Amino acid sequence: MTEPLLKVEGLKKYFPVKNGLFGKTTGHVKAVDDVSFYVNEGETLGIVGESGCGKSTTGRMLMRLLEPTEGTVTFDGQELTKLSPQEMRKARREIQMVFQDPYASLNPRHTVEKILMEPLIVHNIGDTKSRKKMVRDFLEIVGLSSYHAKRYPHQFSGGQRQRIGIARALMTNPKLIIADEPVSALDVSIQAQVLNLMQKLQRELKLTYIFIAHDLGVVRHISDRVGVMYLGKMVELASSENLYAEPLHPYTKALLSAVPVPDPNFIREEILLEGDIPSPSNPPSGCTFHTRCPFAMDRCKQVVPQLEEIKTGHYVACHLYDADMIDKN
Amino acid sequence: MTNRKAVLEVKNLQTSFFTDDGVIPSVDFVDFEVREGEILGIVGESGSGKSVTSLSVMGLIPSPPGKITSGEIRYNGADITGYSEKQMRQIRGNDIAMIFQEPMTSLNPLFTIGSQMMEAVLLHKKGWSKKQAHARSVEMLKLVGLPRAEELMKDYPHQLSGGMRQRVMIAMALVCDPKVLIADEPTTALDVTIQAQILKLMKDLNTRLNTAIILITHDLGVVAETCERVVVMYAGKVVEEGPVERIFTNPQHPYTKGLLASVPDMRFKKQSLYSIPGNVPKPGSIKEGCRFAARCSEVFGRCTVESPPLYQTAPDHKTRCFLYDPEEVTAHDRAIVES
Ligand SMILES: Nc1ncnc2c1ncn2[C@@H]1O[C@H](COP(=O)(O)OP(=O)(O)OP(=O)(O)O)[C@@H](O)[C@H]1O
Ligand SMILES: Nc1ncnc2c1ncn2[C@@H]1O[C@H](COP(=O)(O)OP(=O)(O)OP(=O)(O)O)[C@@H](O)[C@H]1O
Ligand code: SF4
Ligand code: SF4
Ligand SMILES: [Mg+2]
Ligand SMILES: [Mg+2]
Repeated sequence: MTEPLLKVEGLKKYFPVKNGLFGKTTGHVKAVDDVSFYVNEGETLGIVGESGCGKSTTGRMLMRLLEPTEGTVTFDGQELTKLSPQEMRKARREIQMVFQDPYASLNPRHTVEKILMEPLIVHNIGDTKSRKKMVRDFLEIVGLSSYHAKRYPHQFSGGQRQRIGIARALMTNPKLIIADEPVSALDVSIQAQVLNLMQKLQRELKLTYIFIAHDLGVVRHISDRVGVMYLGKMVELASSENLYAEPLHPYTKALLSAVPVPDPNFIREEILLEGDIPSPSNPPSGCTFHTRCPFAMDRCKQVVPQLEEIKTGHYVACHLYDADMIDKN
Repeated sequence: MTNRKAVLEVKNLQTSFFTDDGVIPSVDFVDFEVREGEILGIVGESGSGKSVTSLSVMGLIPSPPGKITSGEIRYNGADITGYSEKQMRQIRGNDIAMIFQEPMTSLNPLFTIGSQMMEAVLLHKKGWSKKQAHARSVEMLKLVGLPRAEELMKDYPHQLSGGMRQRVMIAMALVCDPKVLIADEPTTALDVTIQAQILKLMKDLNTRLNTAIILITHDLGVVAETCERVVVMYAGKVVEEGPVERIFTNPQHPYTKGLLASVPDMRFKKQSLYSIPGNVPKPGSIKEGCRFAARCSEVFGRCTVESPPLYQTAPDHKTRCFLYDPEEVTAHDRAIVES
């Protein structure tokens, strides 16, 4: 087997919670708590989960836009978590990010040309003339026109701005793109355009994607494999085919059953979850899902379930799949 | 089902904004009705005029810059468009209630849930004592499925989760037993598992209290699961209207067809998604012809010159597209026969 392009092991991010007059640290938000996964070259790994489960924090740590509290990130054989800030800046040429909010992530005072040239200047790629040509080329690649180069972000629609965001990520010819909710702010018809564009670019430029989103339909459509997060942990990870056809973790089952399907004749097997998502600053003991899980057992309150490979390529963190439990069934 | 009486009728409604860029008709001759005890969905892309339509019904269009420039809104047969602010307050209190898009901005962070609930009750139940108002508030909080209703009365909005706040908003909207409840994207800011709870609650209340609900959303899945009929809006106009069942299995307007084909379905993987080319037009930018013409795969001669009316294509189905002009249909049939 070839080495995966990206390998993440035991990744954690604890944010201190400060309180009182002297800003004493009184606790921690366990935003990401011991997450491990890998991404193969040329594939799309989707990451889903509800608001606050740690998707963005995970994505940002991969590029070290946020320093991990613990854990390692290995990209293309290089351990990113050990690099000096200078070396890391170089490595970012190969890893780029696309953000949810194309409005906020593009400087409103710069022309599209200036925005797209910036990564080239930062990484010392080409001269002014060749940079300008690259800008025009990439505008065409993402379905805009070269005459758009002289315009400002506010002169574009939401979908067009997201195309600019994608073009900017492509400028340095990266291998991996981390897309954090790239279509969440877009209308349905525009969302389909951007998804199709991303798939086309992946085929043509042999890109690898980590696609973060909360829309399970979108993630199914674009991903080869999907990881499900809950309260800072990866609770299930499988090929998108298997995950959607046969979810194993009770949370994944509930999550999938809650997604409204655009078909009035569809009869769902509904699993309504009771209660709200607990706070990550005070997560429940054992399995963090036990406060809402319809199958919770005694051991769930005490022992943290580990992510284990239950079937080939299908990983689950749940005591229902402990060896003695499987024997029982 | 189809014979139920209309409680609310929106006829030829035009609501315009008078801006520096000129007069923009954000809602441009919109027609639809809400029938007793039904759940009607309104879908459409951002800026298509969903919120402006509902604010017009509630008499809450900010003026200036906005104004209802034409048409009427009939509640139980009476035109309420010309009502004074005082009369509208009566309507808002007792007949039509609304839940807004952002739950956080519609609750005051400085007051407890209890004091805000009681204020809403006392506004509508003149002469009630505080004790009665308190009891009614607790009853409403229980009705929307909130646990520990008594204690919740003493909590402040920030102490509640998003889903709980949305339940409080619904409880507050229901204190006056409205006949019509307008819910503008009530679950957009919520997670899917919480959304499922709120939608179930709305369906329950609809059945138990027979409240008619207008559910505004851009999520076609939500419409399919919750609504009986649906109105599809595009660029300030209703482009299609009909029973959910029909619209999803037999959509007629090219925009509705495109929209349905653009949604990824979680149950199976489509090889590639259909996508409607082009962008949603800026409001007021299209002066002539069908507003969808620039993006329509079936555009033909007259589409760019004339504005299509809403054609009745079946007893309960309307479509704003020339392809359904009875004359085009016969011309088309003739062409097929001749070829
Ligand atoms: N800088 C920070 N300081 C303290 N807490 C933080 C910080 N950034 C994120 N968090 C917390 O970490 C948790 C995970 O946040 P994160 O943004 O990764 O979630 P997410 O899964 O991306 O959610 P969403 O779907 O809403 O974008 C949340 O509880 C959040 O409040
Ligand atoms: N106060 C205002 N001044 C000027 N224009 C306005 C005002 N309020 C709304 N509009 C315009 O009216 C149009 C319709 O807006 P509306 O809020 O009804 O859209 P919507 O369908 O509810 O969209 P969304 O899905 O984004 O909520 C928009 O183009 C908007 O810019
Ligand atoms: S470990 Fe226990 S509580 Fe957690 S998901 Fe599995 S059965 Fe439920
Ligand atoms: S009227 Fe013409 S342009 Fe408009 S939707 Fe129908 S076919 Fe398309
Ligand atoms: Mg996020
Ligand atoms: Mg709106």
